[in-house]
Amino acid sequence: MPWLFRLSNRELLLVEVQISKGENRVSKKSSSKGAAGKDFELEMTPIRRIQLTLHRYPWLSSLIVLFGVVIAFGTVNERFLLPSTISLMVQQTVIVGSLAIAQALIILTAGIDLSIGSIMIFGQMLMANLAVFTFASNVLPIAGQDPYLAIALGIIAATAAGALNGFLIVRFSLPPFIVTLGTWSIFMGLTLIFFRARTIQGPEMPETLLFLGEGFPVGPFFVTYGLVVMFALYFVVAWVLRNTAWGKHVYAVGDDPVAAALTGINTNRVLFSVYLVAGLIMGITALITIGRVGSASPNVDPMLNLQSITAVVIGGISLFGGRGAVVGALIGSLIVVAVEMGLSLAGVDQAYRTAAIGVLVIVAVGIDQWIRKVKV
Amino acid sequence: MTEPILKARGLVKRFGSVTALNGTDFDLFPGEVLAVIGDNGAGKSSLIKCFAGAHTPDEGQMWLNGEEVLFHGTQDARAHGVETVFQTLAVAPALDIASNLFLGREVRKKGFMGTVLRQLDKKGMRRMAGEHLESLGISTLQDITQAVETLSGGQRQAVSVARAAAFGSQVIILDEPTAALGVRESAKVLDLIRDLKARGLTVVLISHNMPQVYEVADRIHVQRLGKRAAVVTPQSASMNDSVGLMTGAIDLPDTDQQLSPV
Repeated sequence: MPWLFRLSNRELLLVEVQISKGENRVSKKSSSKGAAGKDFELEMTPIRRIQLTLHRYPWLSSLIVLFGVVIAFGTVNERFLLPSTISLMVQQTVIVGSLAIAQALIILTAGIDLSIGSIMIFGQMLMANLAVFTFASNVLPIAGQDPYLAIALGIIAATAAGALNGFLIVRFSLPPFIVTLGTWSIFMGLTLIFFRARTIQGPEMPETLLFLGEGFPVGPFFVTYGLVVMFALYFVVAWVLRNTAWGKHVYAVGDDPVAAALTGINTNRVLFSVYLVAGLIMGITALITIGRVGSASPNVDPMLNLQSITAVVIGGISLFGGRGAVVGALIGSLIVVAVEMGLSLAGVDQAYRTAAIGVLVIVAVGIDQWIRKVKV
Repeated sequence: MTEPILKARGLVKRFGSVTALNGTDFDLFPGEVLAVIGDNGAGKSSLIKCFAGAHTPDEGQMWLNGEEVLFHGTQDARAHGVETVFQTLAVAPALDIASNLFLGREVRKKGFMGTVLRQLDKKGMRRMAGEHLESLGISTLQDITQAVETLSGGQRQAVSVARAAAFGSQVIILDEPTAALGVRESAKVLDLIRDLKARGLTVVLISHNMPQVYEVADRIHVQRLGKRAAVVTPQSASMNDSVGLMTGAIDLPDTDQQLSPV
């Protein structure tokens, strides 16, 4: 957590510098052009300046919301800011937060993935059943042998499932919503067919599969290896999106696929690769989930796919594609968990908490629409 | 006689039962500004899309610098030095100006970061983008990291033209560049076209706007019913004559046409 805050401060500083740069530019322009240039330039009201800044840094509004939420709940209930509470909250984001990376990539291309939770669950059930010899896995000839092989096959299976989504979307021009709605059911069904509904408990499994649930103390906080993996995933994906041609192409395809194709980008290849990478992230999340939950169960949480969409949208990534930064998904996940935790510490009933998250989603999309209208 | 830089004979392009191009000829000579005019549905856009690589003609032949070519995709045309500014501009609105200039042909860093990690040379691309814009005199675009969607219509057009000018070594095709612009912004785009010509580039301009065509074009290709109806010059034919040729009211014998460079 302190790491996160340090990063945020530095980025906030960057934003301030950018804002002051912008001011200089505007004032220089208007002074040199005088009255004649006025009809071309919209006046920079404070509201417009805010809109413009949020447009440039879409995750900024969610970061402000996160700070607001933390400060609000922190003042209401001092238990909210205890290191143990913060550690718990951050650990709670690890599953949705990791899945949100995959969801963010797909939403950046103006797609959506409803199968995310079910593919992840398929992956983790495959891993666990390959690692443990059970009645359900006795059809798998290599079951109960090498835990590393089990992990690798689980991740490969999830990647292949993501690739299947991508293939159906690209090859048959099917809408992502329909394809992933279908594969959501398919992989849910396959999980039940292959592995029955049997939960494999932690003590049955080899240590290796539960490794990501272990951790180490950092000051008063407790950090699990799963959390480290999640942060590493965020770092890698954010870096790739910002610094490679592939990243630029993901944004361009999500923004305007026709324009992207005219500039010579192979839009199909970009789309397919995004779903493939998303599948890989789901596979890695499968292992994180086993560590976090301490068992492999086919009914971890049926709402995972919707939660990942919530996190991405609250994080300022536009559902219409092409806008937003992947770090927003992390901030979005943290907001959801912080609101849940804060309300539960305040003694608010579960039903009201669920409704509150719903309000948050609608407000987030409303802000996104407002920011998108920006013009200079 | 000068050889055409871009030549086409008998181009045919059909879309289902609709014939967009019905055996069009085309000649473009080095260093000129050739305007392509024609009524709606005359096949102007289909014609230039064949040159841009966005369409592949069903029949007919094309030559670039005397070498027969057939483009399959815009990347193909670009590799041959033919750059097109499409009517829709083909920009990614959320990306910044520099990223848009290099979209689809990004420059990577040298060494390990570039070859293994495939990191882009953002600084270098921004610097080059700034130089290109400056050399075209587009001084209103000061912040190269600004998202394209925060620019005005004319500025977006300027970004597209700058992209074409930066990479178009042979021919630059502009499809209705002023259609969505106001008077002042249109004038700027016409200045840009003159500037491209002054730098020795060859320009094809598709436009509906007769006064603008007469202002910048060396020769005017009149497209009618999927064919080349005539080629005139602003001096040889009045605007009324051109409209007559476009609508079929006038027929011009080959001997009165300007089929060679001016």
